Amino acid sequence: MRPIDVIEGKVSVLDRADVDTDQIIPKQFLKRVERTGFGEFLFYDWFRSGELELDPNPILVAGRNFGSGSSREHAVWAIQDFGFQAVIAPSFADIFYVNCTKNGLLPVILPEGSCREIAAAGEARIDVDDQTVTSAGGVVEFELDEEIKHRLLHGLDDIGITLQGEEAVTAFEAGGGADRGPVTTAL
Amino acid sequence: MPKTMFDKIWDAHEVAAGLIYVDLHLVHEVTSPQAFDGLRLEGRQVRRPDKTVATADHNVPTDGTPAARLIADELSRIQVETLERNCAEFGIPVYSLGSERQGIVHVIGPELGITQPGLTIVCGDSHTSTHGAFGALAFGIGTSEVEHVLATQCLVQRRPRTMRINYSGELGAGVTAKDLILATIGRLGVSGMVGHAVEYAGETIRGLSMENRMTICNMTIEGGGRAGMIAPDDTTFEWIEGRPGAPEDYDAAVAEWRKLPTDEGARFDTEVDIDAAAISPMVTWGTNPGMVTQVTDAVPNPAEWGTESADREAAERALAYMALAPGTPMTEIPLDRVFIGSCTNSRIQDLREAASIVDGRRVADSVRAMVVPGSQQVKAEAESEGLDEVFTSAGFEWRTAGCSMCLGMNPDILDEGERCASTSNRNFEGRQGRGGRTHLVSPRMAAAAAIEGSFVDVRQWA
Repeated sequence: MRPIDVIEGKVSVLDRADVDTDQIIPKQFLKRVERTGFGEFLFYDWFRSGELELDPNPILVAGRNFGSGSSREHAVWAIQDFGFQAVIAPSFADIFYVNCTKNGLLPVILPEGSCREIAAAGEARIDVDDQTVTSAGGVVEFELDEEIKHRLLHGLDDIGITLQGEEAVTAFEAGGGADRGPVTTAL
Repeated sequence: MPKTMFDKIWDAHEVAAGLIYVDLHLVHEVTSPQAFDGLRLEGRQVRRPDKTVATADHNVPTDGTPAARLIADELSRIQVETLERNCAEFGIPVYSLGSERQGIVHVIGPELGITQPGLTIVCGDSHTSTHGAFGALAFGIGTSEVEHVLATQCLVQRRPRTMRINYSGELGAGVTAKDLILATIGRLGVSGMVGHAVEYAGETIRGLSMENRMTICNMTIEGGGRAGMIAPDDTTFEWIEGRPGAPEDYDAAVAEWRKLPTDEGARFDTEVDIDAAAISPMVTWGTNPGMVTQVTDAVPNPAEWGTESADREAAERALAYMALAPGTPMTEIPLDRVFIGSCTNSRIQDLREAASIVDGRRVADSVRAMVVPGSQQVKAEAESEGLDEVFTSAGFEWRTAGCSMCLGMNPDILDEGERCASTSNRNFEGRQGRGGRTHLVSPRMAAAAAIEGSFVDVRQWA
């Protein structure tokens, strides 16, 4: 994952609520076994029918509950591959939000009013360290979990971090913590 | 201090702050290939293959294709073969096409008896919430997290808030668990449970079968919830007893499981009360599961909702996509297709209920209807009871196990403009095929709709 610090530039606007991951990347494109090349299929049906047009700017401003539905991480890969580096919305679906943070696509939660101001301004500057979004509408702060922020700023590999603390996992297993549940290899 | 069931399970699995140990990791072909690739790139191993199990479900054809190498669609074939290869390389048991244990991942876990109370269960699939019906903490994860669990058997996770939904009263005759959860999502909205682990409680839930409980927990994600849970009881324990994955010392396990239910006086961040006796058979009219109404109602008129409402704009767009006019009675909507299946409603009880409606009747000439059992074992059990005969002699297609037309990743899809009564979980635009129109209903409602050619109030068919 590449470290992210400042994301700056023009804003694309998707003024719809509850946009689900089936719209972001329809199922027929989930058959690839790679992580790359999903950008051309972003919002495939909406783009193809002409009901939606979005420029591949650095920032996407979207409606509430963005990324609902399926857990497909392909949705995040498609948004990134298309060119967006950050998504600003009043709220996100839980799994989608986590998937964003694992890939360095910055999810920014701001009140609807701030989202509208940034959309109207047409461009913005997001500072991850300061947790601010600056646009012609002013400067607004956003919340970001300290742990997630640290990983985003340094582009850290989640698994690497957990494995650094592997003794804790081993101790948990040795202490009986892993004795619950079935042995799948013995079925 | 009194604890919720969620708190008890979470606390027992916290390896370190924000790091949760995973007892059971379910894997399927769509969300895992990139995770296995990641392991190989870093030279990492699967930490606990003995806590991991895989099956092929999303991509598989339901026409009886007996092996992965015979799947006609090239990309699907590659994905299923890749799963088999990855599982062989990393020592993970896999029930792929051709195995008598193959089926939808959320059907085979409970069926094998490996879905058990008190466990943490994850899978790269949002409907993993299904397994919470057994008093487990179960939720969907993305592919990066799949890789993390494979490598470490742990998951970095923020503690969600807790919600309890208390149901009172008995469901009416012909009203099912599917109607209960659709009515719940209709009331709370598709983001009403976001950020929460949800416990479904109350006398109504206590009276439900495991199949019914799974239907409810399954659709938690459609309300935005992280996990859905139901306290384990004798119904739960009876289900698990004797299955291949059941604990060796069963009595000792049950004694532990009895400690799991939420303590008297435990506090939830949110509590909701719902009168189950007032729930009617439900049908969705829009393009998300919260756009739902009673079968006795009409398609709503968003113009009456006020000009400021963002919901109004979404509803108007949904009605345009669904080609429905406001005011149309739900019972006057003609159907082209009927799908009975999916991780929501493809278990033996679902098929029995649908068959009880179909028995001795004929599918309407204008309708193409199919039944897709959730697993090969459900299929075998249904056939031993003669349910396949009931369906096929009525004009239904009887298929082999898979996700089928729930998500259109396999040959079972809607054509552009076709309208389908479906027992699945998502009525999103294009979900069942580009331009397809989905109405979510219970198995009974779907069966009756197949016969009638349009929606009917199944309570009148009792």
